[in-house]
Amino acid sequence: MASTNPQESVRDHSPLPKVLVPNKPRSFYTIGEEPFTSTKFQYLKAYESPLPLDQFLATHAHSVKAILSSASAPVTADLLQLLPTVRLVVTTSAGLNQIDLPECRRRGIAVANVANVYSADVADLAVGLLIDVLRKISASNRYVKQGNWPTRGDYPLGSKLGGKRVGIVGLGNIGYEVTKRLEAFGCCISYNSRKKKPYVSYPFYENVCELAANCDALIICCGLTDQTHHLINKEVLSALGKKGVIVNIGRGPIIDEKEMVRCLMEGEIAGAGLDVFENEPDVAKDFFALDNVVLSPHCAVFTPESMKDLSELVVGNLVAFFSNKPLLSEYVDE
Amino acid sequence: MESIGVLMTCPPNFPYLVEELEKRFTLYKLQNAPDKTHFINSHKNSIRAVVGNAGFGADAELIEQLPKLEIVSSFSVGLDKVDLPKCKEKRIRVTNTPDVLTNDVADLAIGLMLAVLRRLCESDRYVRSGKWKKGDYKLTTKFTGKSVGIIGLGRIGMAIATRAEAFSCPISYYARTEKPDVKYRYYPSVIELAANCQILVVACALTEETHHIVNREVMNALGPKGVLINIGRGPHVDEPELVSALLEGRLGGAGLDVFEDEPNVPEPLFGLENVVLLPHVGSGTVETRKAMADLVVGNLEAHFLKKPLLTPVV
Repeated sequence: MASTNPQESVRDHSPLPKVLVPNKPRSFYTIGEEPFTSTKFQYLKAYESPLPLDQFLATHAHSVKAILSSASAPVTADLLQLLPTVRLVVTTSAGLNQIDLPECRRRGIAVANVANVYSADVADLAVGLLIDVLRKISASNRYVKQGNWPTRGDYPLGSKLGGKRVGIVGLGNIGYEVTKRLEAFGCCISYNSRKKKPYVSYPFYENVCELAANCDALIICCGLTDQTHHLINKEVLSALGKKGVIVNIGRGPIIDEKEMVRCLMEGEIAGAGLDVFENEPDVAKDFFALDNVVLSPHCAVFTPESMKDLSELVVGNLVAFFSNKPLLSEYVDE
Repeated sequence: MESIGVLMTCPPNFPYLVEELEKRFTLYKLQNAPDKTHFINSHKNSIRAVVGNAGFGADAELIEQLPKLEIVSSFSVGLDKVDLPKCKEKRIRVTNTPDVLTNDVADLAIGLMLAVLRRLCESDRYVRSGKWKKGDYKLTTKFTGKSVGIIGLGRIGMAIATRAEAFSCPISYYARTEKPDVKYRYYPSVIELAANCQILVVACALTEETHHIVNREVMNALGPKGVLINIGRGPHVDEPELVSALLEGRLGGAGLDVFEDEPNVPEPLFGLENVVLLPHVGSGTVETRKAMADLVVGNLEAHFLKKPLLTPVV
């Protein structure tokens, strides 16, 4: 209880350290803010202020030590310039492409990622999309629900998953979880990654094009960086071929989307399962006419289970940081 | 062998199977005949084999009408449409297509689980309708780690189990008897199995005993958060009860590849976002249907060349 003496109330209340939240993360919308709160810190929510961001920061954020980033709250060099006391960026997103990592490194700012909390759900979606495309699940569900089975007969045959050569682009936590699952279906796995991974025995291709040429399906599991922008281009899609299928649970810009749409429309690849797009949520209308594409509204991580695990990790990282303990999930670039 | 008559009781929809049979035999297509009884009567003395599928087989009535029938070769693994006791009685051989379709059916079972829990079809529909521009899709349910209960641990049941294990799903099962070398938890009744799992999948053969093995009580035990997957036969599930369980929210969701009266599917299911409906495509891949056709033809050839049958059941 605050006493009536103003001096005493200043002494009684040591202010909680602040975490800047430039924009409301999607996870705050989906499960509410409460699971992300703690008695050890408070959120400074720039998005709740009528002030433009730089004014808000100048007024309120001079001693802020941590930022909560997300897909809608990028951490740019310009932002960091306005926040000289920041020592930590924690993100709620699987990707780190919205954070200027070189700038963070330059300034000695630690970055805490989501570690493995999402990996199972994202891997499940990747496998689900692959099965859906090959076995035409969404398309034939549509067919039945439109009343076409009695009138138009059997649906066209799909393609067997077992024995398919599947190429993983990016063998990180998520890619690895995908391979564990696909092995049980009898798929032959190979991969392309920045570096060969010593802990797997799958064939490694240094070149994505070569990987595509030797696979029946590609699953994009890598992060978006300058190097991976439009990594999947005309050449790669052509190498994948007329019977090839592509699944993307990484980031839209990893694939040259215009080129992929053209390939799909002209039958130069056989199908696609996509959770991410170059210009979300504005998905190219050309996709809608295609029965061999499965579209997902960037929701690979949005299950109550993942959201709960995320909230615990975010709070855990922030509490650790403010108690000068090691972070639970510090991102270290290999 | 061209003078050997083979009666195809199922629709002659698969060109490869029809062509391969026509290369070797005289093929009679029952479904194309305007008067089926007359058709059978006209050709009964040359028909020595029947080729059927999951939907159309050889019942007692048909068998009685074909005095020269020696073998029934089904383009399916399920033989619920073939009167097996009658065939035994008349020393008619029966073959099916096991193993070649096991993986495809198991793949589809897992595909259905993912489609229902993660709302793949509904979120695809959400994007296509333009709704994503107005707001994000809602939360869906995690599949990894969910408990899976399998009714029938035969080839297909085991294949489903090994796949679900890769998603860290604890596996339990019901079968007529407990299997000695199996590490999964056994339940002596379907209702106990349903009460103890989150996803229940039907993977047993359809017999008199397993008709409506998933009934109202089982669905209630599976519950409002439970999901039923049927890749067996429509009659395994009491379909009207299934519809009301789903409409009333007593059952959390369903992924169905088979129905009691295919190709007719209960229309009240069409509008349910927690239900995925497929037109009996369990073995429906180009690769597997070809392998199945090769088995059907191979069994017939073996029989008429007096060689051992490839995949005999009777």
